[in-house]
Amino acid sequence: MPSTLPFWILKNSARSGIATLQGGKRLYSRWASNGNEASWRLFSHLPSTRKSSVPCSGFTLQKALRHTSTEEDDFQLQLSPQQVNEVLRAGESAHKILDLVSGVPNSVLRFESNQLAANSPVEDRQGIATCLQTNGLMFGIFDGHGGHACAQAVSERLFYYVAVSLMSQQTLERMEGAVESMKPLLPILHWLKRPGDSIYKDVTSMHLDHLRVYWQELLDLHMEMGLNIKEALTHSFQRLDSDISLEVQAPLEDEMTRNLSLQVAFSGATACMAHVDGVHLHVANAGDCRAILGVQEDNGMWSCLPLTCDHNAWNPAELSRLKREHPESEDRTVIVDHRLLGVLMPCRAFGDVQLKWSKELQHSVLERGFDTEALNIYQFTPPHYYPPPYLTAKPEVTYHRLRPQDKFLVLASDGLWDVLGNEEVVRLVVDHLAEAGRHKPDLAQRPANLGLMQSLLLQRKAQGLHAADQNAATHLIRHAIGTNEYGEMEPERLTAMLTLPEDLARMYRDDITVTVVYFNSDSIDTYYRGS
Amino acid sequence: MFFRLLSAVRRQRPGRGWRNWSSGRSGASAAEAHSVTLPTQAQVVICGGGIMGTSVAYHLSKMGWKDIVLLEQGRLAAGSTRFCAGILSTARHLTIEQKMADYSNKLYHQLEQETGIQTGYIRTGSVFLAQTQDRLISLKRINSRLNVIGIPSEIISPKKVAELHPLLNVHDLVGAMHVPEDAVVSSADVALALASAASQNGVQIYDRTSVLHVMVKKGQVSGVETDKGQIECQYFVNCAGQWAYELGLSNEEPVSIPLHACEHFYLLTRPLETPLQSNTPTIVDADGRIYIRNWQGGLLSGGFEKNPKPIFTEGKNQLEIQNLQEDWDHFEPLLSSLLRRMPDLETLEILKLVNCPETFTPDMRCIMGESPSVRGYFVLAGMNSAGLSFGGGAGRYLAEWMVHGYPSENIWELDLKRFGALQSSRTFLRHRVMEVMPLLYDLKVPRWDFQTGRQLRTSPLYDRLDAQGARWMEKHGFERPKYFVPPDKDLLALEQSKTFYKPDWFEIVESEVKCCKEAVCVIDMSSFTKFEITSTGDQALEVLQYLFSNDLDVPVGHIVHTGMLNQGGGYENDCSVARLSKRSFFMISPTDQQVHCWAWLKKHMPEDSNLLLEDVTWKYTALNLIGPRAVDVLSELSYAPMTPDHFPSLFCKEMSVGYANGIRVMSMTHTGEPGFMLYIPIEYALHVYNEVMSVGQKYGIRNAGYYALRSLRIEKFFAFWGQDLNTLTTPLECGRESRVKLEKGMDFIGRDALLQQKQNGVYKRLTMFILDDHDTDLDLWPWWGEPIYRNGQYAGKTTSSAYSYTLERHVCLGFVHNFSEDTGEEQVVTADFINRGEYEIDIAGHRFQAKAKLYPVTSLFTHKRRKEDVELSDLHGK
Repeated sequence: MPSTLPFWILKNSARSGIATLQGGKRLYSRWASNGNEASWRLFSHLPSTRKSSVPCSGFTLQKALRHTSTEEDDFQLQLSPQQVNEVLRAGESAHKILDLVSGVPNSVLRFESNQLAANSPVEDRQGIATCLQTNGLMFGIFDGHGGHACAQAVSERLFYYVAVSLMSQQTLERMEGAVESMKPLLPILHWLKRPGDSIYKDVTSMHLDHLRVYWQELLDLHMEMGLNIKEALTHSFQRLDSDISLEVQAPLEDEMTRNLSLQVAFSGATACMAHVDGVHLHVANAGDCRAILGVQEDNGMWSCLPLTCDHNAWNPAELSRLKREHPESEDRTVIVDHRLLGVLMPCRAFGDVQLKWSKELQHSVLERGFDTEALNIYQFTPPHYYPPPYLTAKPEVTYHRLRPQDKFLVLASDGLWDVLGNEEVVRLVVDHLAEAGRHKPDLAQRPANLGLMQSLLLQRKAQGLHAADQNAATHLIRHAIGTNEYGEMEPERLTAMLTLPEDLARMYRDDITVTVVYFNSDSIDTYYRGS
Repeated sequence: MFFRLLSAVRRQRPGRGWRNWSSGRSGASAAEAHSVTLPTQAQVVICGGGIMGTSVAYHLSKMGWKDIVLLEQGRLAAGSTRFCAGILSTARHLTIEQKMADYSNKLYHQLEQETGIQTGYIRTGSVFLAQTQDRLISLKRINSRLNVIGIPSEIISPKKVAELHPLLNVHDLVGAMHVPEDAVVSSADVALALASAASQNGVQIYDRTSVLHVMVKKGQVSGVETDKGQIECQYFVNCAGQWAYELGLSNEEPVSIPLHACEHFYLLTRPLETPLQSNTPTIVDADGRIYIRNWQGGLLSGGFEKNPKPIFTEGKNQLEIQNLQEDWDHFEPLLSSLLRRMPDLETLEILKLVNCPETFTPDMRCIMGESPSVRGYFVLAGMNSAGLSFGGGAGRYLAEWMVHGYPSENIWELDLKRFGALQSSRTFLRHRVMEVMPLLYDLKVPRWDFQTGRQLRTSPLYDRLDAQGARWMEKHGFERPKYFVPPDKDLLALEQSKTFYKPDWFEIVESEVKCCKEAVCVIDMSSFTKFEITSTGDQALEVLQYLFSNDLDVPVGHIVHTGMLNQGGGYENDCSVARLSKRSFFMISPTDQQVHCWAWLKKHMPEDSNLLLEDVTWKYTALNLIGPRAVDVLSELSYAPMTPDHFPSLFCKEMSVGYANGIRVMSMTHTGEPGFMLYIPIEYALHVYNEVMSVGQKYGIRNAGYYALRSLRIEKFFAFWGQDLNTLTTPLECGRESRVKLEKGMDFIGRDALLQQKQNGVYKRLTMFILDDHDTDLDLWPWWGEPIYRNGQYAGKTTSSAYSYTLERHVCLGFVHNFSEDTGEEQVVTADFINRGEYEIDIAGHRFQAKAKLYPVTSLFTHKRRKEDVELSDLHGK
């Protein structure tokens, strides 16, 4: 099925005569970098991201493309499989954890992650870092809505709050001492995957000030060992959300900082983060990102263990929580059309002060002379807005003690879970593990001489084995967008989905961010035998 | 602190059986067990114990600086240095690179004698194979340049290649270049030898010590924060290899060092049945993308594949690089290429596939020099896989730079300041190095442009010009039009023109040049660096008078061509300065001067709140109206007389053009043709362009690009900074006495040097050459860097060249030296000396006769001469 491409692809790949490789790359950079986000997506969350409604006949797609009407409609071009790979792999990263931590083998073996944007600019964020004071590893997925400002802020800041919450009294005192005497701070985090570069220096310093206020309050609590992980996660989520909310209420001198704080507070983000320290796995979730565990039983069978519950209208526990928190008169209006007050899919999120503040407060903040239109802020009071808050960032924290049979953890934004079920995801990762094992030339049986090696490699090349995804996250994304309604992989569909122009992409798929964390069963075993 | 070094070496010993250390030295090892505390202060702290760091330490200590601390996060010589293939090759494209490699070769050769440490140095020579005629041309060009700087090399036949190496298949070769003095060496041992010599000279070396960040006070390095404590220092040298980028950004005042690592693979085999002789030459088969050297009786072979794997984009995520994975599937094309070149190897046993990341830069040249923003912060990194070849020379130049304030050679092509923060995006670097790495073995033809990382900075007219067929090149991130393809031309064919001969845009540029000569053309030249200097009193004039060699105390509205010179009288920058008012000046410099010029000004300007320097590059779109009818177009658009009587040459006036007011119109064109530069506030750019084009229609206006500009300026003998001029060229050496005012009533930087030179005479002279017996259609075109022969004797090299459509000849610019026939010493060059010579230009081994001129050909100036003799300016890019 040849698919129609918008003009800019043609322009980049054909006319300037660059190799397919570069074509793919420029394609990506265009994809992820610019574009004009005009509408506030919070209220236009399209149900069409649901798998069933994705059009997969070429005809519909072409028609859809005609809508954008570049004059170059007549050109027919298709991405080569290599270009498809380039686009899919552009956001890849993989990391192997070194067995360095004070002689104890780390329970995490390695992780792989990837991101594919549908919004432009992308609204998902991810962050992975080692907490230098506890040696715990933190993985986070942040799915923004109504812009990326909130997701960006949360992804940059949340880990610091958690890390500080976990610090002992003594460490906190040292931190405070360093700030007082203007010395460099102790390093708090070592980022393994950065959530994008921070934009403004001034803002970062303000964030540091607020972080400092937080640890000063922790200091006043005089807890020798710091909070336990569960408390730390809960407090960090809530504290950060309240800081986001307070920052914009406080009078700020600098216009840039003020505007940014406003954008952060008036957009939203759901968050799901995992903290792994030895065999202790904690997952904190607020919203509809999800974390699942791939478990291999002794009999070799694989199963899935969900570690989070989605906080949305399909979750009865959430429904009853909402009903409990609001007077009976609102029973029918809290959730309308499976959305909170009829507007928001997730029932827990950072930011979104429209659903947290009173009308009066919203007005008084916005009346301070913000150019809301320029900042893309949509002030909107939903019907039946009785005393807020309707939304909270309080996470649900799950604890799981890792067992040798727990093989991997998948964290992903709802873009993945909309189209793939938990079992499917586990199956795909398992398949990928098996494939990868098959694809690696086995060192023990490696051909001994150059000639034999060459013929083996040529054989593999002919079979196309070498081109398989190295990265499990890429594998998941490939299947998430390339699987048709019969559950089969359809290359044409994959190509079509990837060549959607940026203004249309969001209608057919959501931003997808995936992190797959592999555990080291041997070292987990050691933990048990040691204790 | 020698024992630290020793202990580092000892730890490695079981791994690879490094060497025999003389027993006398190990006496110090008693102290080994003690944990060492860092000194609290030092003059210099060097970060990185690879070949770069140790080479800088070695040369600094040789030059008499003793208070030096070298920090290495892992072990000495354990990064890329340890895994490097150990090939020292002098066949480089740039002369400065050839010189660095040549010096390294000589240094490593005597290092074993100097330090007593075995370096495994073997003079094997190397053979560069050519599978195609184009490749052979490329080799011939390098060959003729190597010969003139005293590195022996020759072009040989395939038959001779087979004699040099018994295993090679030579049937598909058209020729090769043999460089007999190239060598192989163990790079880790070289680094250790350099470190040991340095430590004997007093350098303190600490391994397993990481630099966290560099402390900066008032724009000056004040110390280094390490994981083992702080060290106060005045100088910091970042030799952190692939971590240099991250380390640079870790400062509070970030230093952008644009480089990025890619995985690099090579194969090690077990010994051959009949081992090769140890002096078997290294083979470089660039068309097959591989290199092959003799390694412990077997072979070491790697290459630069078409689809490289960038790594560490997210920054450092592996402490040491040895546990990277092998990727046989990725290596397959290179393996196949190896077996095609050496078919007998099929039965040779594999030992290992090594994955050793190498660092690449956005323009394939290494990075050295001082940070423009932090004084005392030096960098030496980004070696594009030639770290071993450059190590010695690069270390020496950087040491000279630190000790004397400037290196003994012109290294602008490698200067950190050629980049700015704009090349520092991770995404940009990742994409660009994927293009750069294969380029190492790609054919380098004249006028190639990078394809990745483009469209970063553009003029507001970009889309408009693009739609009219503009083809683009990039300079400092800015897109500039090369030429405009007429609608009836085949576009795709043009883009693939890779040739050393006449390019297929020849006729296109010809018609643009013709239009510049006869009617009027418009060239978008917005990429120029533009600064404004204003003050409340006379401070601006005073500081500029001190910085510039020409007299800037001119009436308001005048433009002065002048240079900023260094103490030695050499050009740090070449620019045009317009006096906008009594107290404000507008300064136009070449595009890639944005960072360098800014740093130079900042360094020399007093701290004075009444003096304001502003970079207004982004504020103005610059249109160059070239041609005899430019006057008519402008006067029609402004209702103001533009004739020379009302608007003399080298004059600047703010006026209205079309509806737009406040356009800075300057009567100069940077080409010697009549016309105007319009500096337009960007919001008016489209309006002014549209008006110019519509009014100009009846005068035959058309778009033109930089290739036309280049042809025009070179035939008029306009030199260009960065290509023809550099920090070691003085105005007197390029016939620009008229742009210097030695007696302007006050001192300026470089004045003493110029006075002295005026008295003593110059030792080189920029000369224009017109090729005589060169057939434009059939012969190889000159590019730059071709050797010049005077009466059969080597006299210098060309710096730029272009085809002159007016003379219908090729024109080259280049420097003529007067090397004494007996001693090779440089002697004074006089006009008489130039005029009395018979000249030849060597293009890829073929010599063409050339006429030398010290002044532009007068017949070219048929137009009425304006004001001063000629307008001389030359800012545009190569």
